[in-house]
Amino acid sequence: MGFFNKLKSSLTKTRKSFTEKIEQLVIGYADINEECLDELEEILISADVGVHTTMKLMDDVRAGIKKKEINSPQDLQPFLIKRIGEILSTGEDKACIAQTGPTVLLVIGVNGVGKTTTIGKLAKYYKNKNKSVILAAADTFRAAAIDQLQIWGNRANADVIAHTEGADPAAVVFDALKAAISRKADILIIDTAGRLHTKANLMDELNKIYRVIKREIPDAPHETLLILDATTGQNAIHQAELFTKAAPISGVILTKLDGTAKGGVVIGIKEQLAMPVKWIGVGEGEDDLQPFDAEDFATALFEK
Amino acid sequence: MIFESLAEKLQNTFKKLRGHGRLSAEDVNAAMRDIRMALLEADVNFKVVKSFVAKIKERAIGANILESLTPAQAVIKIVNEELTELMGGTVSRINIAANPPTIIMMVGLQGAGKTTSVGKLGTMLKKQGKHPLFVAADVYRPAAVKQLQVIGKQLDIPVFSMAEGSNPVTIAEKSLEHAHSHANDVVIIDTAGRLHINEELMQELKFIKDNVHPHEILLVVDAMTGQDAVNVAESFNADLGLDGVVLTKMDGDARGGAALSVKAVTGCPIKFVGTGEKLDALEPFYPDRMASRILDMGDVLSLIEKAQETFDADEAKKMEKALRKNQFTLDDFLNQMQQVKKLGSLDKILGMLPGMGGLKKKLGDVDMDLKNNKELAHIEAIIKAMTPAERSNTNIINGSRRKRIAAGSGTRVQDINKLLKQFAEMKKMMKKMTGAKGKKGLKGFPKGMQNMKFPF
Ligand SMILES: Nc1nc2c(ncn2[C@@H]2O[C@H](COP(=O)(O)OP(=O)(O)OP(=O)(O)O)[C@@H](O)[C@H]2O)c(=O)[nH]1
Ligand SMILES: [Mg+2]
Repeated sequence: MGFFNKLKSSLTKTRKSFTEKIEQLVIGYADINEECLDELEEILISADVGVHTTMKLMDDVRAGIKKKEINSPQDLQPFLIKRIGEILSTGEDKACIAQTGPTVLLVIGVNGVGKTTTIGKLAKYYKNKNKSVILAAADTFRAAAIDQLQIWGNRANADVIAHTEGADPAAVVFDALKAAISRKADILIIDTAGRLHTKANLMDELNKIYRVIKREIPDAPHETLLILDATTGQNAIHQAELFTKAAPISGVILTKLDGTAKGGVVIGIKEQLAMPVKWIGVGEGEDDLQPFDAEDFATALFEK
Repeated sequence: MIFESLAEKLQNTFKKLRGHGRLSAEDVNAAMRDIRMALLEADVNFKVVKSFVAKIKERAIGANILESLTPAQAVIKIVNEELTELMGGTVSRINIAANPPTIIMMVGLQGAGKTTSVGKLGTMLKKQGKHPLFVAADVYRPAAVKQLQVIGKQLDIPVFSMAEGSNPVTIAEKSLEHAHSHANDVVIIDTAGRLHINEELMQELKFIKDNVHPHEILLVVDAMTGQDAVNVAESFNADLGLDGVVLTKMDGDARGGAALSVKAVTGCPIKFVGTGEKLDALEPFYPDRMASRILDMGDVLSLIEKAQETFDADEAKKMEKALRKNQFTLDDFLNQMQQVKKLGSLDKILGMLPGMGGLKKKLGDVDMDLKNNKELAHIEAIIKAMTPAERSNTNIINGSRRKRIAAGSGTRVQDINKLLKQFAEMKKMMKKMTGAKGKKGLKGFPKGMQNMKFPF
């Protein structure tokens, strides 16, 4: 299955309920009136777009009506696709790759969002591109987190640098950086313990990891990826705000889009914090990772 | 601050309206819009919000809030009451079976926190004298079995698992035999996280349920969940018939509207909340606190608890005694001040109090950082420059002593005078507050809070 189809099928449910609702709107209202706009607002809210961003989008819609870009309820859907596509794609930058030496990816996020699984998928992705990959087991806190990463390492045939449970994560990272340099690895992906963005001491720990990376390889981390669970509501914005203070985020990976949650909060994150979405997770398998494409995403969200 | 609290918003709405004289039904709608926005910002599902706001509106009109002098407060009160009501009473008990073992089954989405919650329930039940058995029925996620085994080992609670490739239904069944032969009176089954729309995996849960007949099926829900919480809870409840909900990751700053959504669609009580990664971080669910949290109205109860935690119990007792005998000294005062400093920043304390947003603004450039507060540091220096005799009896501090203390603490004599005056006033006030009987302390304040007065 090609990327586009896979994305489409994984978003079927989203699309179905979204399109159904939009269609109801179109059938239900001959002309655009306040009630019709209210319902549109509800559709956005129910996709976790958030009050703030929804209000902005609705302002855009109203401006579009004034400027005669929207003339009938049928125009609403294409207008919003275009608008959301624009928000999600502005300033989009491509993945950063190291000029020389290993490209370092630091993977961060709150507990249970899918960090380790996504790393397994990324390892497979780079392996398929004939890159040599090393994984760093810097989650030394959660029970059996190291074992979990090692299983993923085996699946992708990637080396895993690990200490024991309870070890200093920054020390694991240090060793992994040394190993990546001496083994001339192309890619080093660092798994970190899930942590709530509100815990100052854990954010300090993350910042220390970040500083150790910078000290060893000044250009690194080439990517700091915040993993967001698509089921998460507006708290995702706080997560992004606070994580980026400890380790400046270069991109977001949105996981669990194979469920019914729509992950609309990324629109707000892109709009308010200018953090691009880079990948989406659409399942628990090693191939269930897709590069994020703003146009496709917005289209797939509305398309039949 | 991007988001004002609902209280502030309502106050502003009504203030605007008051300017135009009489309030109309339309004005009530404006207030309802504020409430709607606040709930949506807190991730309460929009359908739940809709019916909730309709109910509030009805009550608000019935209660004639427009005639009230403080319509904002009147509305907030109604909202808070309705929210608390909707969230249900407090049920933080597990249905214990007449014939052991009591079987508990944990279900939920991937990453919700099931395995950790199994560990926490185990800790709690063990403390109650039970002999739990953990069952590792997550055969899908890499190292999930190992994770439960590590937790079991930490808690000294046995873990039942079977060879790789075993079927979760078989594992659950066999675990019961094990429990019977090993005298385990509680069996807690950890199932794999799954999507509510994955029919095959939902069927697996139904099979487990039909084969082991759990006394409790608990849905584990992440407090950070957004609008989708209703879909998840509806599906799990329809397929399995839930007995309760565990709300996890409440130690974060999510407003937790999902709690309301889940309660509204399942009718199941939220039995416990997870408040940390440690295995004893499981607490009963308090609907009123959750209501305040969702509304961002501050959390008076949390403040009180924090104060209780921070304030050394022995110190508090000593102080209470001193107060009662009217023997409160500068030493006690210093002590108290140091305890208050432990609370951290004034900012944070104010944030926990409802309606304090305005005060916070008014305070403007007041030093919020208690730990490094200059004024407090001065007071501390002054008291430390006194002799023990002076500290326990301020009456002996005459002019020359004042000069010495000022020199010793690097302050001026005026500062000493000011402090002594304040202290005398405080003592007087305390005497009044502790009352003639001196037994009960401040009315309505829980223990530990009674002796807490801010020295400024
Ligand atoms: N359906 C679905 N499940 C996913 C996806 N990504 C991860 N998961 C599942 O989510 C659960 C948690 O994933 P982990 O990779 O362990 O998450 P983590 O962020 O590393 O968790 P901690 O290290 O405990 O904080 C696992 O059961 C994964 O299989 C996804 O895209 N879709
Ligand atoms: Mg992990």
